Amino acid sequence: MLLIQQMVNGLMLGSVYVTVAVAFTLTIGILNFLNFTIPTLFMLAGMMGWSFATYGMPFGLTGPLPWPLALAGGVAVAIMASLVVERFTFRYLKTRYGDSTEHAIPLVSSLGFLLILENLVRIGHGSDAQRFIGPSSDITVTIGGIFIRAPQLASLAAVAALVLWLAWMLRATRTGRALRAMAENPDAAGLLGVDTRKVAPVVFMLTGLLCGLAGALFAVNYGEVSPQMGEDIGAKAIAGMVLGGLGSLWGAVAGGILIGMIEMLTIHYFGADSVQAVVWGMLLLTLLARPQGLFGHHAIGKGKL
Amino acid sequence: MSGYWTGIITILAINIVFAYGIYLAVATGQLNLGGAGFQALGAYAAAWLSAEHGLTPLLTITAAVFTAGLIGFALAAPILRLKGVYLVLGTFAFAEVVAGLILNSETLGGAMGLPVPDFVDWQGPVIAAALTAVLVGYLMSTRFGLAVRAVHDDEVVADLMGVNVRGVRVAAFTLGAALAGLSGGLYAHSFNYVEIQAFNASVSIYVLLFVLLGGAQTAWGPLAGAAFFTLLPEALRATLPALKQTVYGALGLDGAGTPPDESWRFVILGAAVVAMMALRPEGLITRTGVAALTARLGGARR
Repeated sequence: MLLIQQMVNGLMLGSVYVTVAVAFTLTIGILNFLNFTIPTLFMLAGMMGWSFATYGMPFGLTGPLPWPLALAGGVAVAIMASLVVERFTFRYLKTRYGDSTEHAIPLVSSLGFLLILENLVRIGHGSDAQRFIGPSSDITVTIGGIFIRAPQLASLAAVAALVLWLAWMLRATRTGRALRAMAENPDAAGLLGVDTRKVAPVVFMLTGLLCGLAGALFAVNYGEVSPQMGEDIGAKAIAGMVLGGLGSLWGAVAGGILIGMIEMLTIHYFGADSVQAVVWGMLLLTLLARPQGLFGHHAIGKGKL
Repeated sequence: MSGYWTGIITILAINIVFAYGIYLAVATGQLNLGGAGFQALGAYAAAWLSAEHGLTPLLTITAAVFTAGLIGFALAAPILRLKGVYLVLGTFAFAEVVAGLILNSETLGGAMGLPVPDFVDWQGPVIAAALTAVLVGYLMSTRFGLAVRAVHDDEVVADLMGVNVRGVRVAAFTLGAALAGLSGGLYAHSFNYVEIQAFNASVSIYVLLFVLLGGAQTAWGPLAGAAFFTLLPEALRATLPALKQTVYGALGLDGAGTPPDESWRFVILGAAVVAMMALRPEGLITRTGVAALTARLGGARR
């Protein structure tokens, strides 16, 4: 019974990883860009949500906001920050001279933004973890002796809804078609009338939305936010993405859940200290033996970054 | 010299050696985001041999170089089949696995870390940094250096011209791993303590930033990058309070006297990274820049 309870917890944790992993996989799949600001956007949504709920809007515009509004504000901040990142990182993706480290430009600037955003939050609110008081987590649903807290169920539903909407959007809408065309070949997409400069920010808005939602759900479910909260989640989300295959939406979903499960089972059988070695060892083996991931997506990047 | 300055010079020397280790991989067009893993291997090898077997620093640091170098060589064969973003993720994963294994190893002290009995003063790292800079600078001026540049610029053409692309990559990666191990060995003996938290992901990120911002085109790049980004935070430590006072004074705000938050230094560092990538993505020091400078110096002499 304890084991099943752990698996359920793993599924809950996995759903947070899934949301962030999907953000990673979208930017890599469509723009061929490993965006290291993603964990920071996740943190930004959680910390700003907490800040709005505790102090209200900046410059004394409002008093402390109720938690749903505050979290919505946090998500909005994450989306705006993501658009700023797009302006200063991705737009400088140049592939001059065939020089291979040149492709690292957006990756390296995204590392710069990681430093900027994380430390700005530290300056504003300190490095300590803060308690986020959300909805009461006493409401539990019991199914055959397994406890599931109501906010967790709601989060799971929210994540599922967002991923399903994203899959539909990519498949059926005009924007989705443009995004898939860009993923296939940006130059050809441009020639065929896709305005790549207008489509790229859409990816960053989606990234901000996904990370923001994940951060908000994390704050509600675990009741704690801190400027470091993105580091661990970001690393696990990368692991989930690689496991599922870079650039594959459903691969990221499966990989994220799998990593959540594996983490919980590792803690159950070997203790918390083994998680890092197990998760990353598996990731390294996946990359060496089957770089296309468990579900075999086509290769991303064609040798560039 | 005061303790503050010897501390900074030691860190600077270790960072220079470390940056050259990553530079060798980057110079062949392979981004290595696993620097902390190789540095940790070197540091723990030196610490363990010093603490358990009482070997002298010269021996333990040599062992650190060979440990990291051999593991780097073993890893190079499979991992260099990966390219681009896959290689970045693979090297990153390797560093995390090393940290995870050390965390669970009782011999290596687990989360507690290992004390290192022998102390090496600042002269040791400085000599090592100087030798490393000369060695890498010389290597890049040889036939091997030319092959490295060819592989970096266009691997297909390099292959057609008879360069052993794979051999050059493995050699550069292995030598780089050995140098990162050297920096780890120096670290262990300079701080007399190793703990795995000191070799986290941000260490790998910082050292790669040193190289890319300094410029990966010439062997001067890592030297400039490591020096600039080790000394910039220290310089800001001194100038930031004065800067805040001026800004607050000009705007007529209160609180000019209190020192600004330490985190501002990292915000400025991050902003420098973003600005650099936007304005001068090839790094601080470029091949043409060095050529122009040497031409001018040569002209003055004549």
